[in-house]
Amino acid sequence: MTITLEDVENIAHLARLQLSPTEKQEALSSITNILQVIDQMQSINTTGVEPLAHAYEAAQRLRDDVVTEKDQRITLLALAPSTQRGLFLVPKVLE
Amino acid sequence: MLNQGIADIARALVSGEYSSVEITQAYLDQIALHNGELNAFITVTPEQALAQATAADQVRASGNAGVFTGVPIAHKDIFCTAGVRTSCGSRMLDNFIAPYNATVVEKLLNAGAVMLGKTNMDEFAMGSSNETSYYGPVKNPWNRTLVPGGSSGGSAAAVSGQLCPAATATDTGGSIRQPASFCGLTGIKPTYGRVSRWGMIAFASSLDQAGTLTRTAEDAAIMLGIMAGFDPKDSTSVDLPVPDYCAQLNKPLHGLRIGIPRQHFAQGLKPEVEIQIRAALHEFEKLGATIKEISLDNSHYSVAAYYVIAPAEASANLSRYDGVRFGYRCAKPVDLEDMYKRSRGEGFGAEVKRRIMIGTYALSAGYYDAYYIKAQKVRRLIKDDFVHAFNEVDVIMGPTSPHTAFPLGAKTKDPVAMYLEDIYTIAVNLAGLPGISIPAGTVNGLPVGLQIVGRDFDEAKLLNIAHMFQQATAWHLLTPGA
Repeated sequence: MTITLEDVENIAHLARLQLSPTEKQEALSSITNILQVIDQMQSINTTGVEPLAHAYEAAQRLRDDVVTEKDQRITLLALAPSTQRGLFLVPKVLE
Repeated sequence: MLNQGIADIARALVSGEYSSVEITQAYLDQIALHNGELNAFITVTPEQALAQATAADQVRASGNAGVFTGVPIAHKDIFCTAGVRTSCGSRMLDNFIAPYNATVVEKLLNAGAVMLGKTNMDEFAMGSSNETSYYGPVKNPWNRTLVPGGSSGGSAAAVSGQLCPAATATDTGGSIRQPASFCGLTGIKPTYGRVSRWGMIAFASSLDQAGTLTRTAEDAAIMLGIMAGFDPKDSTSVDLPVPDYCAQLNKPLHGLRIGIPRQHFAQGLKPEVEIQIRAALHEFEKLGATIKEISLDNSHYSVAAYYVIAPAEASANLSRYDGVRFGYRCAKPVDLEDMYKRSRGEGFGAEVKRRIMIGTYALSAGYYDAYYIKAQKVRRLIKDDFVHAFNEVDVIMGPTSPHTAFPLGAKTKDPVAMYLEDIYTIAVNLAGLPGISIPAGTVNGLPVGLQIVGRDFDEAKLLNIAHMFQQATAWHLLTPGA
């Protein structure tokens, strides 16, 4: 499959990545080359093969529904770039 | 004493030849002298190291020392360390100080290990040469114009360059084994689920696994014995007892059935490397093993499947870096979308952005079946190849890498060439199997690594085989410039 500069812009938007015009061109060329490698898979017949998401197909382990985390609000908020009154601060969302 | 490993240092600490403070200071001095050029460490923690060493000496004086008490090591900067920056080689986390220790870090700390610092790595472990780090490339101690391999290149260069006796590392597609091969070290990637991933910054969650870079298989056995085990905090941690790896190191290899995949000795393998690997295989025959050619029919599709699955998982894992809760935030965002896009655009390097985009594309509407589901089907075929092979043989051996360490800058402009670096190692991650790389020769004075792959949870056998080889050969004793 081939991709266009428009595709690159769309993917970058979906992934929330700001790219410069040079980066977009570079991404177009390198992703095109990588897709050529990836497309080699299409030549294998996988009819009837069950997808393998994980090397160990174990069921998700469950635990008792009890609180295990202690309150780390202050510690975790201290890592944030911007906070106010105990909340994470981001640019205005609503006008 | 700087060319010693964990076992040597443990013995010297027991005999009182030197104290933990003395050996720790000796390594800190080495780091101060040589890290400027090797760039193996991102962060050095001398005060903390000396405090831990002092405490370890006191524990020893009180008669409560274990085998690891007072042994200095380094951690790959992908493992969260409480109070010490954990950057993952990225500008995104340049200011991130983890509020907790990774389980691996905690287990080694509880065993008495002294942390010298955090080692350099490819950004978010995405790379095979340690050239994608925000903190600059790492140099190979064997020849400083060459790469050390990646992504655990800082750990490999630090051990090989005698800045520390052993280091933690991680392996998603070859990131322990390939640097071990390039730097003349023993590097083990355990079975998926054997070592806890909690506190280990995620790249591709179904593939990531923590392991070790050491001088010898004996050192790996000691260190992995501490790191391995069930952890309720990692939902894919496997609840199986950890065998005594050291107790099984000396089992004779008579009757061992070795499989060699013909696909790993085909076009692309440098003839000089093949000669060394064949000689190593002959050494195993002398130790009583038999060798049989096998086929891993789908192995040449492993790179293709991996470069869908790993970026897909990465694109999901790295969506957490949004400039809100921790990590880098761009200056003066005009609105929320601008903040997300510029924080991520400026905080991530080129390779990380490339992989996020590939993953986003493979998971996007219209391509999900053709790429992601197809790759998962291929993944099953690759795993089935191993299952069939292990009906006939006990372990699989071959080269870790098609060549020795390559020059800095040689592949940075060509992502596909870089991805093909891991051609012999990636399938092992897709199948979740344990693999080890050990020094098995040299070509033009540079180390060659032999990869040994085992059945699920067969780490003890891999370490036993590696140890017996190291008892019969001296490749692992070679050091840069020696």
